[in-house]
Amino acid sequence: MKLQKATLFALLSVLELAREPGRQISATEIADRYGISANHLAKVLRDLGRAGLVEAVRGAGGGYRFSGNAKRTSLYDVIDLFGDIVTAGHRRQGSGDDTEIGRALTRVLDEIDEIATATLKSITLATLLKTMGWHEERLANAGDAAKEARDAGPPG
Amino acid sequence: MDDDLTVRVAEATDIAAVGGLDARITGLAKPDYWRGTFARYGARPDRYFLVAETGGRVLGFIIGEVRAWEFGSPPSGWIFAIGVDPEHRLKKIGSRLFAAVCRRMGEDGVRTVRTMLARDDALNMAFFRSQGMMGGPFIQLEMGLASARLGAVNVKA
Repeated sequence: MKLQKATLFALLSVLELAREPGRQISATEIADRYGISANHLAKVLRDLGRAGLVEAVRGAGGGYRFSGNAKRTSLYDVIDLFGDIVTAGHRRQGSGDDTEIGRALTRVLDEIDEIATATLKSITLATLLKTMGWHEERLANAGDAAKEARDAGPPG
Repeated sequence: MDDDLTVRVAEATDIAAVGGLDARITGLAKPDYWRGTFARYGARPDRYFLVAETGGRVLGFIIGEVRAWEFGSPPSGWIFAIGVDPEHRLKKIGSRLFAAVCRRMGEDGVRTVRTMLARDDALNMAFFRSQGMMGGPFIQLEMGLASARLGAVNVKA
């Protein structure tokens, strides 16, 4: 799945802000951290502000802070703000859609969309932030185990 | 969280409470299924039927088993049912049940736990995600037998 830049920037910034609710971070700081365009990010943050997920804090030391409910906001909710999700049955009409092969292909593409949508709806911001460390740890352990097995050499 | 909550192996006397809880959650009473499930999964090796109880009242249950070598998969834990009293949700009862069944499965030597649920079952999907589960290397496939082209296959019995 490929996300548009604005959608990806929205996910990165809202997760960064939700990581420590109450903490204020400037758009420039977020842009620097993720190597993205500060101008583009500023527009994305305004969209997130209109959706109630972040709020601008004015004055010295101002910036943005998370103002949503991380346990109730899914990745899908954020992506959907930017219209970046094609849901099954709503794919743009294309060549061959009215043919037997076209319909068969649409069924496969709809299946992929349904799985992607269900996955994105099932992961809240809180869940992603809570579990990301576990997955990193798991990958590291798997890497260590694989290295140990390589170092041990073939059995016998 | 209920401080006096206990997670323990289900007993025959819990069947009615578990069945009642499931009926409240799903809107479908199936006493025969629960009697059969207890007969197959209650207090058996490599099978896990646990309940969460407080003050003699069953507030949740979880059921699973160890399955091995299905399409090459080494022994792994399978969870196929979980239920928590809707009036006692958000009290970590599901998390306690999940942790307990994972611990028991781990003690029995498995290193992976799996489950399968409906794509639109947002509640359980979000729960299992919050426990750290992710999409795995297996994918569920199915077809309706009525629409399958079974008649076109020349099977010599």
